Amino acid sequence: MTINSAPPALQPLLDRLEAAATAEAVRFAVEDLAAANLPEAVPMLIHVLGYNNPGAAVAAVEGLIAIGEPAVMPLIALLDGFNYGARAWALRALAGIGDPRGIDLLTQAAVEDFALSVRRAAARGLGKLQWQGFASGDRFPAQHKALATLLQVCEDPEWVVRYAAVTGLEALGLAWEASSDGTEAEDGAANNAANNKADATGRAGGRSQLQARLNSLAQTDESTALRARATLALQRLEHSAQQ
Amino acid sequence: MDRLILNKAWMVRQLLSLLGCCLSVQALVCLRGLVRGALCRDCPVAVLGERSMSDRYSSNRSSNPSPEISPESLSLDEAIANLQQTQDPDLRYYAAWWLGRFRVNQPVVVDALLVALEDESSRSPDGGYPLRRNAARALGKLGELRALPGLMKCLDCEDYYVRGAAVESLGELGDRRCVPRLMAFLAGGLEAATLMPGKPHLREPYDLVLEALGSLGATEAIAQIQPFQAHFVEKVQYAAARALYQLTGENGYGEVLVQALAGPDLQLRRAALMDIGAVGYMPGAGAIANTLAENSLKLIALKGLLETHLETHLEQLAQAEHQPLSEQAIQTMDLMDGLL
Repeated sequence: MTINSAPPALQPLLDRLEAAATAEAVRFAVEDLAAANLPEAVPMLIHVLGYNNPGAAVAAVEGLIAIGEPAVMPLIALLDGFNYGARAWALRALAGIGDPRGIDLLTQAAVEDFALSVRRAAARGLGKLQWQGFASGDRFPAQHKALATLLQVCEDPEWVVRYAAVTGLEALGLAWEASSDGTEAEDGAANNAANNKADATGRAGGRSQLQARLNSLAQTDESTALRARATLALQRLEHSAQQ
Repeated sequence: MDRLILNKAWMVRQLLSLLGCCLSVQALVCLRGLVRGALCRDCPVAVLGERSMSDRYSSNRSSNPSPEISPESLSLDEAIANLQQTQDPDLRYYAAWWLGRFRVNQPVVVDALLVALEDESSRSPDGGYPLRRNAARALGKLGELRALPGLMKCLDCEDYYVRGAAVESLGELGDRRCVPRLMAFLAGGLEAATLMPGKPHLREPYDLVLEALGSLGATEAIAQIQPFQAHFVEKVQYAAARALYQLTGENGYGEVLVQALAGPDLQLRRAALMDIGAVGYMPGAGAIANTLAENSLKLIALKGLLETHLETHLEQLAQAEHQPLSEQAIQTMDLMDGLL
């Protein structure tokens, strides 16, 4: 694959990947391509997600997360397609970047995708969205949507998907703890005051829903690992609230 | 870009992800096929392979059929009826697997499985007893001690795979009365543990025997197990290391498994992952997270590690009112988070 008007650093890396003959050589070439951190490498890194080469895919996902914003729309375009082999990896990259534009895909995939690895990656990503990237009026509705989805994912028959939902709930709860200490005053225009107050009330309600669900998972889930993870999430939330 | 090649590669990948990603889809395909009377011969092997990866290390001992399969395929009554009938050996074969998979521990099921353990009618082209194999595996999952004599008898069966399934199940049952008989498999030492002429396997299922002795806590077998660390088959070496770690608690044996995670063979790396998880060798957690294998398997292995650790840790703290999570447990969960 040749990309016109690419920066000079890119072409040798692409050539090396092209020439790689073994799975290991492909992985090393992708690791170097990812480490270059070039937005122009996004199409190739996304292409790599479709190889059946987990080592290379891990490196490509890390590279895409590091590149961040420029990778978001190409990833969303890929996820609209039907390449299931690459879906889980692309979802992980999108989840890792945490861009607000990914929220619809993440909520849908967390509940509906037939592959548990995709539901798992999406649930984890939902809690880790970059909430400060949302417009202030959109932030709480988005968080509420993520919460409702994660509560639903806690019913998934697969332990590992429920486990991912617990990590998502923890991240969402921690984000709420962080925003309840006044950091949102930056929104401060007077006409937002009423909104902020309504959001704060909503957050308190959301937080208690989230804690109630974690509590019940910590006590009754059939999986010991899951009970432990829910316990850890509760401890971290409690610790954060005390700070 | 060459469209044709891309499309082909895409199809292969999709197939792989379908096969690899979820047992329930596979089982559904098989069972649905069966209900329609169309049998896919290759499926049971694939399903059972997957089973031994995911199920053996799962702590889920629920005896209820999992909701994602039962309503769509076999009902419990159908499965039991299929196991009891003798007209259709294929239906019977699947029913034995199904009832074990969902741990349907009812007396009527155990009775029917014990009958199936002595079946003479279902024979494979190589002279094996496929129904006996599945029945033996299922009885191990049900944890019913009534199965002990029947399973012990299977250790003398001429079918290598029936012997292997019985050994595995005896390890799961946890009754130490079978230990002397299992040790007898090792009696000839390395010299006797050679390939079976004309077969793709060893004379006895040594790896499974070693694993079972480890799970049964058979410390009297340590001296007999030790030479098998030098067996020419790597899987047998690792089974010996796994058993010796369980029997002695010495980290050196755990490290043998950790080194296996750096080996070139993906199948062996997968096996080592599961072994470290199953025996709860906590210092191996980081190596599990870093090995080149599917995240799904690494997560199952770390879950096994965490749960083994929590069980022993909780026993020690049984008296404490508030049981804090240990530093090691938290580190393991952080590793798991990173693999989601």
